[in-house]
Amino acid sequence: MDFLNPGSVTEALELKASVPDAVPIAGGTDVMVELNFDHRRPPALLNLNRIAELHTYSTVDGRVRIGACVPYSRIVTELGSVLPGLAMASRTVGSPQIRNRGSVGGNLGAASPAGDSHPALLATDAVVEIASTRGVRMVPAKDFYVGVKRNVLEPDELITAVHVPPATGPQQFSKVGTRNAMVIAVCAFAIALHPEQQRVGTGIGSAAPTPLRAHEAEEFLAAELPWGSPDGLLDSLNRRFGELVAKAASPIDDVRGTASYRRHALAVMARRTLSWTWSEYRRTAQCA
Amino acid sequence: MTTGGIGESPLRPDGGLKVRGQYAYSSDLWLENMLWGATLRSPHPSARILSVDTSAALAMPGVHTVLTYKDVPGENVYGLKLQDTPVLAEEVVRYQGEPVALVAAEHPETARRAVKAIKVEYEVFEPVLDPELVAHSPDAPQVHPGGNLVRHQRILKGDPDATADVVVSGVYEIGMQDQAFLGPESGLAVPDGDGGGVHLYLATQWLHVDQRQTAKALGLPVEKVKLTMSGVGGAFGGREDLSIQVHACMLALRTGRPVKMSYNRQESFFGHVHRHPAKMYYEHGATAEGDLVYVRARLYFDGGAYASKTPVVVGNGTTLGVGPYNVPNARIEAWGVYTNNPPCGAMRGLGAVQPTYAYESQMDKLAAALGMDPADLRIRNAMSEGSTTVTGQVVDFPAPVAELIQRVKDMPLPEPSGSDILQLPGGAANTTHGEGVVRGVGYGVTIKNISYAEGLDDYSTARVRLEVVDGEPVATVHTAAAEVGQGLITVQQQIARTELGVQQVVLHPCDTDIGDAGSSSASRQTYITGGAVRNACRAVRAKLQELAGSEDVPDIAAVLGDEVIEETREYHHRKTYPLDPETGQGNAHVQYGFSAHRAVVDVDTELGLVKVVQLDCAQDVGKAINPDAVVGQIHGGSAQGLGLAVMEEIQVAEGRIRNPSFTDYLIPTILDMPPMTVDVVERPDPHAPYGVRGVGEPPTISATPAIANAIRAATGLELPRVPIRPEYIIDLTDGGS
Ligand SMILES: Cc1cc2nc3c(=O)[nH]c(=O)nc-3n(C[C@H](O)[C@H](O)[C@H](O)COP(=O)(O)OP(=O)(O)OC[C@H]3O[C@@H](n4cnc5c(N)ncnc54)[C@H](O)[C@@H]3O)c2cc1C
Repeated sequence: MDFLNPGSVTEALELKASVPDAVPIAGGTDVMVELNFDHRRPPALLNLNRIAELHTYSTVDGRVRIGACVPYSRIVTELGSVLPGLAMASRTVGSPQIRNRGSVGGNLGAASPAGDSHPALLATDAVVEIASTRGVRMVPAKDFYVGVKRNVLEPDELITAVHVPPATGPQQFSKVGTRNAMVIAVCAFAIALHPEQQRVGTGIGSAAPTPLRAHEAEEFLAAELPWGSPDGLLDSLNRRFGELVAKAASPIDDVRGTASYRRHALAVMARRTLSWTWSEYRRTAQCA
Repeated sequence: MTTGGIGESPLRPDGGLKVRGQYAYSSDLWLENMLWGATLRSPHPSARILSVDTSAALAMPGVHTVLTYKDVPGENVYGLKLQDTPVLAEEVVRYQGEPVALVAAEHPETARRAVKAIKVEYEVFEPVLDPELVAHSPDAPQVHPGGNLVRHQRILKGDPDATADVVVSGVYEIGMQDQAFLGPESGLAVPDGDGGGVHLYLATQWLHVDQRQTAKALGLPVEKVKLTMSGVGGAFGGREDLSIQVHACMLALRTGRPVKMSYNRQESFFGHVHRHPAKMYYEHGATAEGDLVYVRARLYFDGGAYASKTPVVVGNGTTLGVGPYNVPNARIEAWGVYTNNPPCGAMRGLGAVQPTYAYESQMDKLAAALGMDPADLRIRNAMSEGSTTVTGQVVDFPAPVAELIQRVKDMPLPEPSGSDILQLPGGAANTTHGEGVVRGVGYGVTIKNISYAEGLDDYSTARVRLEVVDGEPVATVHTAAAEVGQGLITVQQQIARTELGVQQVVLHPCDTDIGDAGSSSASRQTYITGGAVRNACRAVRAKLQELAGSEDVPDIAAVLGDEVIEETREYHHRKTYPLDPETGQGNAHVQYGFSAHRAVVDVDTELGLVKVVQLDCAQDVGKAINPDAVVGQIHGGSAQGLGLAVMEEIQVAEGRIRNPSFTDYLIPTILDMPPMTVDVVERPDPHAPYGVRGVGEPPTISATPAIANAIRAATGLELPRVPIRPEYIIDLTDGGS
């Protein structure tokens, strides 16, 4: 197995173009598990850890551009106030050790339906920056996942960053696992209020072949939410939202939980997170 | 004045190394010219082997040998209790993961690839899966010739058909727990060259039983098979049965090279036995005032494909089946059977974990039926010194059961949970800010036999040497007792310091050059090996006094000079007896340990998630030789019991393990394990050295029902099965949404 060690994005893209089977390695928290368990034997690893540009974040066109390799721990400590949804999701990933190594770029590369960043990226209209020697393309998160552990990347492409709009309203992330930390999601849910658009974004994890948005639930809220009013939400509205979120999922039975439990839990998380975000929204100046 | 003797808590000699990651475990064993062994395992729970073709594997460069059952030099059968387990499968395989062939190669990767290149043709059978069905269907397909019943035991006391005013019954199930030790099975076998023998370095719980079984399978006299203990990364019963022992030695003897074997995590889940799952039918009868009148119970233990410790599980499960309570009338019956499920054997709390979960669930049900406080009902019926157990054995040592329950009951209760999500169900995953959260309190009390039972003489041996080194007296203690993390090495040093008045106590490497120490299981080593070290020290002390010509030896170095005193002694616990096969009566046990837990839980009743808020324990340890180590055992045991209550289960479907990894076999993290108040009670047992009472197992056992009962108290649900999954707590009858 070769170990390719580029020092810049340009060099990495050239290597990826010439050795398309090379497996990129960022934090390695997925890759090393696969290698150790002999689930794959790539001809080469493409090390992204020497590329400074992939380990920084900046603001580009009003969005936060997070380099593909920025670890979760930095998102939690440094971006929590701008991107609360993604930071909350990052806080639930693995253990401190895993959060020090693991990255959103790696989560997107693995594209597991159980990846915790995905619901937050979906709810906040994030866009994935994908590059190759052929150029750069921007793919919205909602179009990025194409199947179980499959994404839109071509063999010569790398994820260089993810662009996340700063929060304009409250955001929440909630994940069910049968342990109180360090657990793969049984199912997960993210919500982001976009008051300026009078719209709500959602993301569902671990309850379908790919992470997905609950479109009908989002449309329902866009029509029904009393934006600008200081009122609380009717229980019936919360419940309806929960039902629509559960309906959007197509979960399976597996060792981590049953399909019916996942639906149920999604409905509960959806109505709880909606009520948390809405009470926060009501407390802010936007409702004055 | 010596320090670090009995009753103090000196630091463990291996502690710093372990914390710094510098301790050498058996998986770190290494020799310059060693080969790597690997194991081919059956993919099927039940099948006939039609053919094995090793030619492709043998032809691979770097492969030194490939072995099948035909290459087992001695007897191809072993077992702790029954001789029923092949070293390598012959005609049939009886569980998924059963070893079929072995490879030795230059590199572990080559060995793994060679394993994949071995071609085995199987004729696949329907696996036998349901232990209860198996127990009552003599015509079921036979997992072993001779039938599927490993042991049936009945215990009858008083009037087994007694009637009572208040009757409660229930059917309880317990899932398959794993020991989940951190250091996978590993060892290094070194052939001794011309002698034809072999030296095996390994992690195990009992060197001598491994030595006897290995020698028999190798067709060698025991003297030709030497075993030396290497660093053990936890055991909990999972290292009582053989894993790499015979395999590594076979490969080493065949190739003439040292051979290392080391399972990875996934293989480890197939490479050791698990805790017996059980289904238990219980009926309790009591007077209207709350006095127990009778207990009737039927217990079914799934032993899986090989017997391992199933006979002991049946023995403990029945003799301890009513718990630490006075029960005048009883009929307890248990079956341990073969199936094609993964083999089950020893695990901390052997045979007592299952019934304790059931009878403690029953005690809460009974308290509810009587309108009594659950702790008060237990105290009212608690056994005490002088009580007679269901087997007719009179408890002739302190049994402060009522006091233990009262002590946990009197501990302060925690405040209601605040807004910190880390303290709420779901923890870091942010599932509730208080919505749906209900608090519950529950109790669990247990009785566990200490040391081996039913007539076994599981003695221990110690050799103690006293000499002067650099002007200082130094004692060397040599035993074959396994340090599996419980702190036995420290305990041996402490005993020698106190008995000899010598500060420097060195531990000789643990090996089979000394006599048997018995197993580091059944909470027995501080008692039994502690007793042997005490006896050897006292013999050395007597020699020293002889030399000094006086009782008092203030200057040991001066008296000893160049003399070396060395004495070897055994310790045998008092005799026990087999159970009457018909009535189950008999003095089967050496000693009992008791512990009581009170659990406080917060349950998210809408998501079914649980946070154990507080878990308090009172335990009688007789005498705390090392108080810190005692508390450590209670903390760790309680965590393991918590795991069984809410998360730890090997999920088996159609005889296959669905979650053989730590990704999906969940064990508690620090966020799952709450702070504990531990009350260590010391009521010395006059029959035991220093009055000690085994410590390691009881807290594992009583934690589980305490938590289950707390969740029941919070939810009002029956919850007849552990581990309690979120699905059990919420109502999914509407299909989920
Ligand atoms: C103990 C443990 C606990 C875990 N817990 C969680 C959890 O709670 N939630 C969760 O979501 N995940 C969890 N994971 C999985 C893993 O940590 C995450 O998926 C993490 O985001 C992966 O990031 P990484 O940087 O380590 O990726 P890597 O392992 O380096 O890569 C992951 C995949 O992405 C590809 N890749 C990496 N970077 C790029 C790039 N720039 N362009 C294209 N492809 C790329 C790699 O080739 C590989 O296929 C856990 C893993 C472990 C070992």
